[in-house]
Amino acid sequence: MQKQAIFQSKLLPYALVAPQLAIVLIFFYWPALQAVIQSFLLQDAFGLSTSFVWFDNYIELFKDPAYFEAVVRTFFFSFAIAISSLSFALLLAVMADKPLRGSMLYRTLLIWPYAVAPPVVGVLWIFMLHPSLGVISRYLRAAGIDWNPLLDGNQAAGLIILAAAWKQISYNFLFFLAGLQAIPKSVFEAAAIDGARPMRRFWTVTFPLLSPTIFFLLVVNIVYAFFDTFGIIDTMTRGGPGTSTVTLVYKVYSDGLLGGNLGSSAAQSVVLMIMVIVLTGIQFRFVERKVTY
Amino acid sequence: MANVTLRNVRKTYTGGFEAIKGVNVDVADGQFCVLVGPSGCGKSTLLRMVAGLETVTGGEIDIGGRVVNQIEPADRDIAMVFQNYALYPHMSVYNNMAYGLRNRGMAEAEIKTRVEEAARVLELSAMLERKPRQLSGGQRQRVAMGRAIVRQPKVFLFDEPLSNLDAKLRIAMRVEIRKLQRRLNTTSIYVTHDQLEAMTLADVLVVMNGGQVEQVGNPLAIYEKPATTFVASFIGAPPMNLMSTRPDEIKSQLGGAAGEAGIVGIRPEDFVITDQTPAGGVALPLTVEAIERVGAETFVYGSREQEDQRVAATPGELPPGEIIVRIPGTEAPAIGQKIRVAAVRQKLHLFSGDGRKRIEA
Repeated sequence: MQKQAIFQSKLLPYALVAPQLAIVLIFFYWPALQAVIQSFLLQDAFGLSTSFVWFDNYIELFKDPAYFEAVVRTFFFSFAIAISSLSFALLLAVMADKPLRGSMLYRTLLIWPYAVAPPVVGVLWIFMLHPSLGVISRYLRAAGIDWNPLLDGNQAAGLIILAAAWKQISYNFLFFLAGLQAIPKSVFEAAAIDGARPMRRFWTVTFPLLSPTIFFLLVVNIVYAFFDTFGIIDTMTRGGPGTSTVTLVYKVYSDGLLGGNLGSSAAQSVVLMIMVIVLTGIQFRFVERKVTY
Repeated sequence: MANVTLRNVRKTYTGGFEAIKGVNVDVADGQFCVLVGPSGCGKSTLLRMVAGLETVTGGEIDIGGRVVNQIEPADRDIAMVFQNYALYPHMSVYNNMAYGLRNRGMAEAEIKTRVEEAARVLELSAMLERKPRQLSGGQRQRVAMGRAIVRQPKVFLFDEPLSNLDAKLRIAMRVEIRKLQRRLNTTSIYVTHDQLEAMTLADVLVVMNGGQVEQVGNPLAIYEKPATTFVASFIGAPPMNLMSTRPDEIKSQLGGAAGEAGIVGIRPEDFVITDQTPAGGVALPLTVEAIERVGAETFVYGSREQEDQRVAATPGELPPGEIIVRIPGTEAPAIGQKIRVAAVRQKLHLFSGDGRKRIEA
């Protein structure tokens, strides 16, 4: 079997990959390059002159305690979102994996939230939890809880984590369900005969066998929490109150577009870019090694 | 050590499909019982019901004098060997075998003794640290066996454990399983669709078809006196030749009680090629259509002069009008040659016209 395609003309293969290359170059490499260049420049307050400042933007950035706070916050958000979303999705998947009546409907409904765009997710949760508009907020206040995420930074952070985790449950659920269904039923049956009760069966058989899926999803979820939560944050809190929900991505946007500090914003996006490359690298390395047990 | 008794066991799925239609089987302590039948006959379902992996919708399953219908698989004191082995892929061979013991809170020292003993018996001692994926099919099969024997359960259940192995290994493992069972003297129930496996392993053979038991008994007794045409054609390879009787042909030669018979069965090995007709026996003129030489024996496929003589299809059926004759050695008539085959009276099996009843005459 010849696996390599043979082309008569030398140009044809290039012509065939050209559209893809053009997209990647125009929409990825070019802006990325722009960001790198921008990160070495400093503009005056009125945008009249630009000077080349070498690594000043980066040095400034790493000295800034607000940036350090955003880094810590972003990591905290990411792990909180990833872990809560993963554990809840796994619970749902384990339950959906049982041969229940109407399980197809149940599964389909669980997958739907994935089709909802992040800003819409934000709006949805605002309707439920906005201090003056929210349905649930009324009950919370009635129950004597001082619920006001517009003023309380911790509550705002909790809200973001909740909404972002909710959005990601569907995706995780889908992978977990597929992962569970890839395990032969007889392995669970053997464990049942071997005297393992359901909880023990889960921790000694299901969980280890799902570990490759769990690891893959952990990376995907962290990347998601890093970047795709922008829409949710922007619609729900705009980084507030104060800076209590400003993540790295939101800081790039607010410093650059709202604050006008393009140099620092560009430097931040370059740092983010490096983080993504590292995360993706880790993911590829482990996904390539499919079996980790 | 326990006997297993199935009393009028039934399984009806929601939706009304009746997979098991009232099965009665009694397996005495230490016996090796084989459930055999074509695919879809309910044999695996029945085994899974004994294991507790399927609910029982009617009747009683009794293990060692205790009705286990409502008892969890873990508490039935059984061990099962699955067709795909169902080893825990993330555990070493040692842990695969130790898992069931650890779940029962056995001391590590005792576990070690038992696992090492099982590994020695199954020749797995050198592989205890390996993962299942590093083992060959036969080795995995032995680990699955080991996992069952370390538990020292009352009953072993085998669900087609050899069907994923190649032919040679299958025969070797078949002998191994029998030897092991004899030595441990543990009551066993074994499911297979392979009638040869069934014949060689069983103390008690249960032939199943369509969710029902066709016949229960000693394998040779079943071979010699099949109760129905289904059993007659399922047990024995190649299958028994079954012909509907016609007054002008066979029936007149038999007479007596045999006159009621609607179907006559003759095993391929009970035919001889001869020009004589034995007294009370039958003779058939055949045209040789095909020859299969397998070394020690030769199968002659012949068509009968009269068509439409064959009974409706059951497993391993031949096209209507075809008769298989087994002759020793490699000497065989030529294709197209007309021959006459005969069988003596004692070798005839007579059945009622619907094939459900054996007629002794």
